[in-house]
Amino acid sequence: MSSYQGQFRVWRGDSDGGSLEDFEVEVNEGEVVLDIIHRLQATQTPDLAVRWNCKAGKCGSCSAEVNGRPRLLCMTRMSLFEKDEVITVTPMRSFSIVRDLVTDVSYNYEKAREVQAFTPPGKLQPGEYRMQQEDVQRSQEFRKCIECFLCQDTCHVVRDHEENKLAFSGPRFLMRIAELEMHPLDAADRRDTAQDDHGLGYCNITKCCTEVCPENIKITDNALIPMKERVAGRRYDPVVWLGNKLFKRGK
Amino acid sequence: MTATDTGVHAPPRPRLPVPSLRTDRWWVPPLLTVVGLSIFVIYATFRAFQQDYYWVGDYHYLTPFYSPCMSNGCLEGAAHFGRFLPDHPLIPYAALSLPFLLLFRLTCYYYRKAYYRSFWLSPPACAVPEPHTRYTGETRLPLILQNVHRYFFYAAVIISVINTYDAILAFHSPDGGFGLGLGNIILVTNVVLLWCYTLSCHSCRHVTGGRLKHFSKHPVRYWLWTKVSALNTRHMEFAWITIGTLILTDLYVFLVASGAIADPRIIG
Repeated sequence: MSSYQGQFRVWRGDSDGGSLEDFEVEVNEGEVVLDIIHRLQATQTPDLAVRWNCKAGKCGSCSAEVNGRPRLLCMTRMSLFEKDEVITVTPMRSFSIVRDLVTDVSYNYEKAREVQAFTPPGKLQPGEYRMQQEDVQRSQEFRKCIECFLCQDTCHVVRDHEENKLAFSGPRFLMRIAELEMHPLDAADRRDTAQDDHGLGYCNITKCCTEVCPENIKITDNALIPMKERVAGRRYDPVVWLGNKLFKRGK
Repeated sequence: MTATDTGVHAPPRPRLPVPSLRTDRWWVPPLLTVVGLSIFVIYATFRAFQQDYYWVGDYHYLTPFYSPCMSNGCLEGAAHFGRFLPDHPLIPYAALSLPFLLLFRLTCYYYRKAYYRSFWLSPPACAVPEPHTRYTGETRLPLILQNVHRYFFYAAVIISVINTYDAILAFHSPDGGFGLGLGNIILVTNVVLLWCYTLSCHSCRHVTGGRLKHFSKHPVRYWLWTKVSALNTRHMEFAWITIGTLILTDLYVFLVASGAIADPRIIG
């Protein structure tokens, strides 16, 4: 069991300002960054604010940035870093700061409320529909989401452009729309609203959401691009438009 | 609007002293992408307008950059589908296919990621700020036209069929019978990989079955979708591999056609 003194820089402050403060903290074999933050709280900075809960990568609470990369603190092993490396821990930089490592993620809950709920056909009674596995397995991947909002944090559409938060719901909620759009029992047509109300067109598929997802959900390839293709069929495909007109198909 | 009141510096976000705290060499992938794509564009442009060394008459090798050869300037054996385009230095001999292939790759979901990141720096890497003060993505002209990618996919399928036809015709010996040489192996490998790239396209995945809600009602399309989806996970790899095989195939035909090297023959 080897231990060493790790070098840490942790952002401390609130909406009035703050700074990166240097700490030397004991690191033991097998620990994760959240362990170090807890040791820091226990030994040097009892008022350090950090949001956490399960310590198992399932609650999505301890999202932050380690050496500039959005990560879950509880899933970032210290063995990733060199022993003499200075490890910088900061709050997520796409959201308003509350204090220290805690941010206000209410933007995400507002966007969640804007997504139309699951809409089954009106006349369908409980038990009338038998779901096949192949009909739902695409959506099951998206149900792994733990809502850590790391994808929302890293998405440059809002990270680099605060003004886009009004028009753009972010990868997590565009994935939710894709999940419902692919659901065999969802009767709502979500293609127009994905483009007009949730800003799918802002996504330029640079895959950062996929890169940071701790659940390894292929957000871009399996949700955002298929949704873009569905919108393209609905809005930008003249052959589909002509087919709908000629054969009087629904929108 | 300035860079200080938007993005990671926008109040009331945490005020950090630098735009990015990443310590890894995040700039390497976009740099390699710029180098790789630039080499391909420069080489392809030079070869498309060179109008020479594209056809090996003895073995019927035709480079993919000149397929289908439809200019009045095309050598007779190389023109499998007739010659009717004007012979002009600014009109490539394959002017009917090259624009569609260019647009197929330009609107490809993988290449979009690659050049948005590396050329437009939007963003250069994850959690590294982009230099632009405004961003509208693909919501307006000209980038909204990326949505017609599927039509370039359809064109690419037709051109892949033509490339396959060319590769089959190339099993030819100087006496007119069946022939097999290193060039055939290169041409066939290139065509197989071009099919892999074309069929792994996200639009292909959508039209084969991705657009359906009820896979269980369409078992054949579901089966096709699973196969295309498996290929689709390698779309980036095929995008880069085919850039390499296109250059290598063309270079090989160029070298044989110019007499710089002889084609090692196995049969005929």
